[in-house]
Amino acid sequence: MNYDEVNEVLVSVRDMHVVFGKGRNKFEAIKGVSFDIYKGETFGLVGESGSGKTTIGRAIIRINPMSGGEVIYKGDKINGKISRALDKKVTQEIQMIFQDPMASLNERAKVDYIVSEGLINVEKHLSSEERETKVAKALLEVGLLPEFATRFPHEFSGGQRQRIGIARSLIMQPQFIIADEPISALDVSIRAQVLNLMNKLKKERGLTYLFIAHDLSVMRFISDRIAVIHKGVIVELAECEKLFAHPLHPYTKALLSAVPLADPEYEKHKVLLTYDPSAHDYSVDKPYWHEIEKGHFVYGNEPELEGYRQELSASKPEEADEPRRKQESCENGEK
Amino acid sequence: MEQQHDVILSVKDLNVKFSLRGKVLHAIRGISLDINRGESFAIVGESGSGKSVFVKNFIGLLDRNGWVDSGEILYNGMDLAKFKTDKDWLQIRGKEIAMVMQDPMTSLNPLKTIGAQIGEALKLHQNLVGTAAYNECVQILNDVGIPEPERRYKQYPHEFSGGMRQRVVIAIAMACNPKILICDEPTTALDVTIQAQILNLIKDLKNKYNLTTIYITHDLGVVANVADRIAVMYAGDIVEVGKCNDVFYDPQHPYTWALLSSLPQLGIKGEDLYSIEGTPPNLFNVIKGDAFAPRNPNALKVDFLHRPPYFEVSPTHKAKTWLLDERAPKVEPPPHIAALREAHKEVRQ
Repeated sequence: MNYDEVNEVLVSVRDMHVVFGKGRNKFEAIKGVSFDIYKGETFGLVGESGSGKTTIGRAIIRINPMSGGEVIYKGDKINGKISRALDKKVTQEIQMIFQDPMASLNERAKVDYIVSEGLINVEKHLSSEERETKVAKALLEVGLLPEFATRFPHEFSGGQRQRIGIARSLIMQPQFIIADEPISALDVSIRAQVLNLMNKLKKERGLTYLFIAHDLSVMRFISDRIAVIHKGVIVELAECEKLFAHPLHPYTKALLSAVPLADPEYEKHKVLLTYDPSAHDYSVDKPYWHEIEKGHFVYGNEPELEGYRQELSASKPEEADEPRRKQESCENGEK
Repeated sequence: MEQQHDVILSVKDLNVKFSLRGKVLHAIRGISLDINRGESFAIVGESGSGKSVFVKNFIGLLDRNGWVDSGEILYNGMDLAKFKTDKDWLQIRGKEIAMVMQDPMTSLNPLKTIGAQIGEALKLHQNLVGTAAYNECVQILNDVGIPEPERRYKQYPHEFSGGMRQRVVIAIAMACNPKILICDEPTTALDVTIQAQILNLIKDLKNKYNLTTIYITHDLGVVANVADRIAVMYAGDIVEVGKCNDVFYDPQHPYTWALLSSLPQLGIKGEDLYSIEGTPPNLFNVIKGDAFAPRNPNALKVDFLHRPPYFEVSPTHKAKTWLLDERAPKVEPPPHIAALREAHKEVRQ
């Protein structure tokens, strides 16, 4: 994607807070997160388990209620109380693909019902023939045969089940899809098939994805921009290659250094960085979310940001051509 | 370089079958493999390729409905394939060969303290009780990098994080001073940053106690980090085995090609990733020829008719593919693989 032009913002998250539990058991899962997702891009969200990446996705699609902040979709606020018409529009246009295809499909329903369930609520006027043609079309689009509609989920392999999950979201004609770890439960050889399918659909239908994952090498392949989240706070957000070339926040650096690559020579020489959250001294200067250069956001307080700025200007001259392959990330790991 | 290796475990033409719903599943189809003393060996494969079943034979943890149909597993002059009763296995399991399971959340007993669980292994295998066991236990916890072992000794598994729990599981495995440590997907359930720490821990222990480690994993990144030698499994058979650099930089089997080229790290943004069509074969059926042939875009006629034997590429590297036969036509590997081979020519020599 080209970010030099003015981009249309599709989804905008403003100061999102999500709190689970009450009183003593209160747990603040998301502590004030803001970002924009542009139309037609794949926005990646990485973080370790428990960092809140899934919670953000679920809060946008309104599965988890938010306790503060707002989500703006095409200029309308969609969290909290909204009108019926808007509710219907949002239900239809924002869809989700779940992580585990073995668990996310109703074992007792046939594929036909699973795929068309959404239509029953939104397009009540459809006759059963119309519905069947829509199901057949959706199945064909994800590379399955229309005759599969009469089968049960257990008759399919993991990759095929994930395709059913994708067909289920496509049939609603969505504009924005939240994919929550869509390939981490799949085998290596099947992953590539599903990634290719998602990229193909994005191109053909102009879809926008929020892609949630923990695997950075997958992220690098599929995402246009990546946000790194740690303990409910987004610590860094930048265009994919910029993030890999110039990570600023120490957590991003630690995460990048820990990613295993299928390259023995690189692995032999890699230096592991560890992240120590106590290294931040936020007692005097409060940290905030700041755009340090165009399109590159980082979380920190004033002295830290000053350090990041120097780091950026020091690395600028050598940036002759767009770094993209693992050799560069290899050097970054050693720095 | 080429000295005679000291083989610690030798598998000869192993066949394992399962009986499932009245049908017979041929899970391991004639594997022969030598594992050398002190090396770090990794077995890679997709789920269902039989990698876990294969190593479970080494410690007698095969499910009830499975049996060794033919073949030998030689360890220290004993044939493990002939072992039947738990009494036989007790002299091997834990003491000689120990295993670290995949999920640290489920492999510990939630009702017992960590100390009691490690003590159990110490009592059974080293006959240590009381203060001696306590001291040994604290020592082991220290070894696996758990801070404040005296306090942690009295705690229950739920008080530990995922990474710390996996360290405890490793501590239990190490309590019996095994010669071989099998790690079955040791880090799949962990975060990347923790994963790197656990892998380093296993590597340190291996060097300190001169262990032989066998890793089972589907993550090629982990393999590249830890392994000296690699075996690639597909449909119950090892299709390629060689030194780490051999397999990564000069793969020979079409399945290894496909597996490596489908990694997203090699993909170019905006273009399609190389993907393997179809699904692995059903092991209930009799497989004729090369098991990968139906998914191989440039399979030869002979691939569908006869099962290929091992062809040696170098003394340390062999693969089961007819492409290496001298009569085979020249088939070029996918562009990614050719580029890798070219880029790492010097490293391999």
